[in-house]
Amino acid sequence: MRVAVVGAGPAGVRAVEQLVRAGLRPVWIDEAPDGGGRIYQRPPAGFHRTPKALYGWEGGRAAALHATLDALKPQVDWRPETLVWNIQPGLLDPGRLDTVRDGAVEQLGFDAAILCTGAMDRVIPIPGWTLPGVTAMGAAQIALKTQGCAIGRRVAFVGSGPLLWLVAYQYMKSGAGIAAVIDTTPWRTKLHALAGLRDGAATLAKGAWYVARLRAAGILVREGATPIAIEGEDGVTGLRWRDASGVEQRLDCDALALGWGVRPETQLADLAGVPMRFDAPSHLWVPQRDAAGRSAVPGLYLAGDGAGIGGADVAEMAGARAALALQEDAGMKADVELATRLDRRLHAQARFRAALDRAFPFPARLAATMPDATILCRCEAVRAGELRQAARADAATGAAPEVNRAKAFTRIGMGRCQGRICGAAASAVLADALGCDVTEVGRLRGQAPVKPLPMPMPIPAGTP
Amino acid sequence: MRQEVALRLVRLVDQDRPEISFTFEDRAMTARQGDTLLTAILAGDGAFLRESEFGDGHRAGFCLMGACQDCRVVLEGSGRVRACTTLLQPGMRVRRA
Ligand SMILES: Cc1cc2nc3c(=O)[nH]c(=O)nc-3n(C[C@H](O)[C@H](O)[C@H](O)COP(=O)(O)OP(=O)(O)OC[C@H]3O[C@@H](n4cnc5c(N)ncnc54)[C@H](O)[C@@H]3O)c2cc1C
Ligand code: FES
Repeated sequence: MRVAVVGAGPAGVRAVEQLVRAGLRPVWIDEAPDGGGRIYQRPPAGFHRTPKALYGWEGGRAAALHATLDALKPQVDWRPETLVWNIQPGLLDPGRLDTVRDGAVEQLGFDAAILCTGAMDRVIPIPGWTLPGVTAMGAAQIALKTQGCAIGRRVAFVGSGPLLWLVAYQYMKSGAGIAAVIDTTPWRTKLHALAGLRDGAATLAKGAWYVARLRAAGILVREGATPIAIEGEDGVTGLRWRDASGVEQRLDCDALALGWGVRPETQLADLAGVPMRFDAPSHLWVPQRDAAGRSAVPGLYLAGDGAGIGGADVAEMAGARAALALQEDAGMKADVELATRLDRRLHAQARFRAALDRAFPFPARLAATMPDATILCRCEAVRAGELRQAARADAATGAAPEVNRAKAFTRIGMGRCQGRICGAAASAVLADALGCDVTEVGRLRGQAPVKPLPMPMPIPAGTP
Repeated sequence: MRQEVALRLVRLVDQDRPEISFTFEDRAMTARQGDTLLTAILAGDGAFLRESEFGDGHRAGFCLMGACQDCRVVLEGSGRVRACTTLLQPGMRVRRA
């Protein structure tokens, strides 16, 4: 049986581990050179920091995952620096992955595949966000983790979610200059959602600990605040924001990290025909799967943050569980005891996840009400006002509200990122302009190639 | 004349790596082994990576993980590449896209 695993983050590593344990030799593909995924991404050769310095409290888990990853490489068909740019599921025939490495394309047949494609930052455009010096929250962490650099001398962190505190704290520990931490979620919202749960209390405690350390260092930390605009001409010079009591404030900064949690990378699942659903608590479109990771497409399994945001620990469990499901479905002898244990633990985590979603609600209003002049789609420089105007004109003709229609007439989401960056905010703007629910406008569909292919590159015959 | 530009990325830790020379916009620059093109350019005085084709100003990347494609530059011999996912090699000649 030919098995393919896409992604070598926490989910992919634990999936491959279980496949190898069962005697399979999967082809294992990751776009990055060294695996590890987002949370446990490793710096290139020549960097010396310890796992503890790089990953903090997660240092032990990171080291364990990297050890497993490195031990598995020779036991599988490991293909780093390889992008899966298209997928065609097999119904009766085997499915096919289209890959590219170093400009060379290849097609790989598979009987079963596990997609562990992970997540990326969820951002809300605010005026000035395309200026040099503004990055996504995770990007600020990547700069530090994999390059040893801060994104500026006086960095403002703006957004919400566990990464906001974590990245700000990691910057402080590394000696970076921090202008402020502007959290759009009020403390009481977090307290309310998390206090009653054991894992929730731990998250709160960690968060409170980070915030206390930041405050003790004299860093401005504000909760329940709202960003208004990033100032600057060729780069960032400041941030205008509103405090919890509604008073407008301004601060000096030369860089800014922006993020409201993460969103799943679903393009491959989408292309494979996996049905999507809108998950209201997380305010995200996620591919449908059962608790073990089976999708409605035979032979296709989903695990980790790409299948719905659960974080690194859940990703590890879900990866292993999906590999066991694959074995069960293929009529192989799977470790039933492990499967049962994982099911129990994943189920217990779901409650905590729901609480996290309540603790850090996506501020859809902030997105929906962005000023008309704000660049919404940074690929095509489409402004929010253009989308609103075009959407209303289209609606006047009696057309149903739909984000892919909006894409056709404004080019929103048509650029090189395929709406990965602006999609969530674009849907919020559209729904608000048309006075409908965000689920009614749908989501931007994935398209092959899921990322731009290097040019020039021959496209093999028979590719749609 | 070139204007004084702010260095965007600040080298903080793990910077005891060998120096590498390259050119950006035909100007000689140095960076460190293990730098991505994005780091090499923005931790030096490269200022920005490209001019938005829609006239809304300079761009310097956003996601640093190969997703937004906003960091593309032209690498001699390879064409357009993502600065955030391409490691610097000695002697590379890089231009703004
Ligand atoms: C920038 C960033 C930083 C984060 N930092 C933290 C943190 O510090 N702490 C924390 O708890 N959580 C963090 N997260 C959340 C993170 O999503 C999870 O913790 C965890 O990494 C999820 O594991 P995963 O295996 O599901 O996916 P990931 O770790 O995201 O791994 C997915 C892998 O799939 C590969 N891939 C995806 N699509 C393709 C394709 N088409 N072709 C080839 N390869 C592909 C990617 O290269 C990647 O290596 C971060 C997220 C992001 C985006
Ligand atoms: S910065 Fe987003 S792809 Fe490079």
